[in-house]
Amino acid sequence: MENMQFDLLALLPELVILGMGMFILLLDLFILSQNRSILYGLSQFTLFAAAFFTFKTHTPAVGFSFSHMFIDDTLSDVIKLMMYLGTSLIFVYTRKYLQDRNLFRGEFYAMVLFGLLGMMIMVSGHNLLLIYIGLELLSLCLYALVAFDRENPRASEAAMKYFVLGALASGMLLYGMSMLYGMTASLDVSDIANSIMQQNKSPVLIMGLVFVVAGIAFKFGAVPFQMWVPDVYQGSPTPMTVLIGSVPKLAAYAMTVRLLVQGLHPLALDWQDMLMLMAVLSIVIGNFSAIVQTNLKRMLAYSTISHVGFIMLGMMSANANGFASSFFYISTYVLMSIASFGIILLLSRQGFEAEEIDDLKGLNQRHPWFAFLMLIIMFSMAGIPPTVGFYAKFTVLQAAWQAGFTWQVVLAVLMAVIGAFYYLNIVRKMYFDAPADHSPLTAPVDMQFILSVHSLALLGLGLFPEILLGICGHSLLISLQ
Amino acid sequence: MVFTDIVFYVLAAILLFSGIRVITTRNPVHAALFLVLAFFTAAGIWLLLQAEFLAIALILVYVGAVMVLFLFVVMMLDINLDKLREGFWEYLPMAGFIGLLMIVEMTMVLADKNLHPGQAAEAPVNYSNTATLGRVLYTDYLLPFELAAVVLLVAMVAAIVLTLRERRDSKSMNPSEQVRVKRNDRLRIVSMPAEVEAPEPAPAAEEKK
Repeated sequence: MENMQFDLLALLPELVILGMGMFILLLDLFILSQNRSILYGLSQFTLFAAAFFTFKTHTPAVGFSFSHMFIDDTLSDVIKLMMYLGTSLIFVYTRKYLQDRNLFRGEFYAMVLFGLLGMMIMVSGHNLLLIYIGLELLSLCLYALVAFDRENPRASEAAMKYFVLGALASGMLLYGMSMLYGMTASLDVSDIANSIMQQNKSPVLIMGLVFVVAGIAFKFGAVPFQMWVPDVYQGSPTPMTVLIGSVPKLAAYAMTVRLLVQGLHPLALDWQDMLMLMAVLSIVIGNFSAIVQTNLKRMLAYSTISHVGFIMLGMMSANANGFASSFFYISTYVLMSIASFGIILLLSRQGFEAEEIDDLKGLNQRHPWFAFLMLIIMFSMAGIPPTVGFYAKFTVLQAAWQAGFTWQVVLAVLMAVIGAFYYLNIVRKMYFDAPADHSPLTAPVDMQFILSVHSLALLGLGLFPEILLGICGHSLLISLQ
Repeated sequence: MVFTDIVFYVLAAILLFSGIRVITTRNPVHAALFLVLAFFTAAGIWLLLQAEFLAIALILVYVGAVMVLFLFVVMMLDINLDKLREGFWEYLPMAGFIGLLMIVEMTMVLADKNLHPGQAAEAPVNYSNTATLGRVLYTDYLLPFELAAVVLLVAMVAAIVLTLRERRDSKSMNPSEQVRVKRNDRLRIVSMPAEVEAPEPAPAAEEKK
């Protein structure tokens, strides 16, 4: 109890997010609805303050607090900073959309901040119980946010599907955790690793591992746990889609590192095969299904599945190199997906959702600058140099190749070529088709500016990939020592 | 066979019976009541394991609060039983297969020889289950405990956000919303081909038939 004060200091960013989330929730009751922009400003300020404290309290050493439950290492700090950036970008891009559709309410910002808190807990959880509670906090916020637009029956349907399947996945994860606890008599991640090392491999441990991997795969949306992804992506209002599809992937990655690398590394030979199978299936099914889609959001959902396959391709090497490459992939993927949904949000306006691929027809004639930005984003998603997506795919494939997964790498390259088809199809429609509608952009200037910088950053990071690659590799290495 | 063993098997049998009745009985109120019975017997088994606090919490929270609410809902909603049971036989093979799979898995887990339940240490005379639980909850598990409170807060906010509706019969007007009205919200211009006077049909031809 003496070091209670120190304990709280390690949680400072989380406390800031929690406190401000509740403050925003209450403040919403006392301000007039036309002044709600204050809440937006406060949310952005909260993210900035949390980033400031995360940066300030950062030390290269690994710190534990709250009886070894909460871990504060470089990996968690870097992932948290990325999460603040991602959430902040989402806030910028979604403001106009929410205002147009009467969804611009304090609860939206409070729920997103609470969800962010859940993700931060997942990132810093060093205990099965804490990781599970963080995951539930995140999931609960996401379910509610998907159903946020009550007048929209499609969103309600998506929320229902997401909720039922998500609850099933949480149950599986919890079941696996209970088996691990039964065999190791501990919930602490490093104690579990030590205990497994000292005992023989038993069916119960493997079964626990299977359930844990299934839970993780569901959160990522990897085949065969991908069935919720297309429906939820398409049914949700676009701001909620981008919330589901971007930043939580970082949290899922951190959860994977904590559970599979730090906790179950003695069983690496077993989970390697599971990840390999899921990676190959995700890449194949994701890419082939994306080709036939006409809805942009649904296409991006299938493209997410194939990206998740690439992320798992890096992780299945089960070494630091592989995990660093998937970390790099996932951080670039988060940037790409937020940017692509940013374009959808940019082209949407009151009473119109730009979510069909045909809505992008002739974008070059209407808004050449944004057509160019979309070109960069699509090139990056397809993995065409010199965008950052190319380096992301390259490092992942390199790591898998070095680990000896030859045919998987060859297959992934073939599938990436097939995948390039549907990304380039969008580029073709933007540049060579005649525009269907000619309405002007209604997006505010700040959104246009930040979206431009964001998309150009994909190009910039592609020209200098070693900056982000260095951060990812370095933070992972000193955290896994 | 010790007395506690007999108690355990009796309780377990009742638990299994009530669990099966929950899903097979036709009347939803009966199903809810069987669930209450299942909770009671489960609490009894926990008492055998000397987990007094958990047993009482199960009865207080689940039987006392959750199930009562559940019964209210069941009684207030007019549930069409035939519709609920629709497709029962259709899904039975699939459900049976999954159930069988789960039984096999559970047997594999329980038959594992590495899983040896150690004899629980004899508790001291004045040992209080509740006090120990409380001590751990507010020291080692403080952080998950507090975060569980945040989860509950989020659940509450979500429930209110999703269900609170402004009164429909309220006649008050919101000027800012009225000002924001766009032309397209009120008026739809439909482009139609100009109407051409149709030539007079020849009724004579019809009459000839």
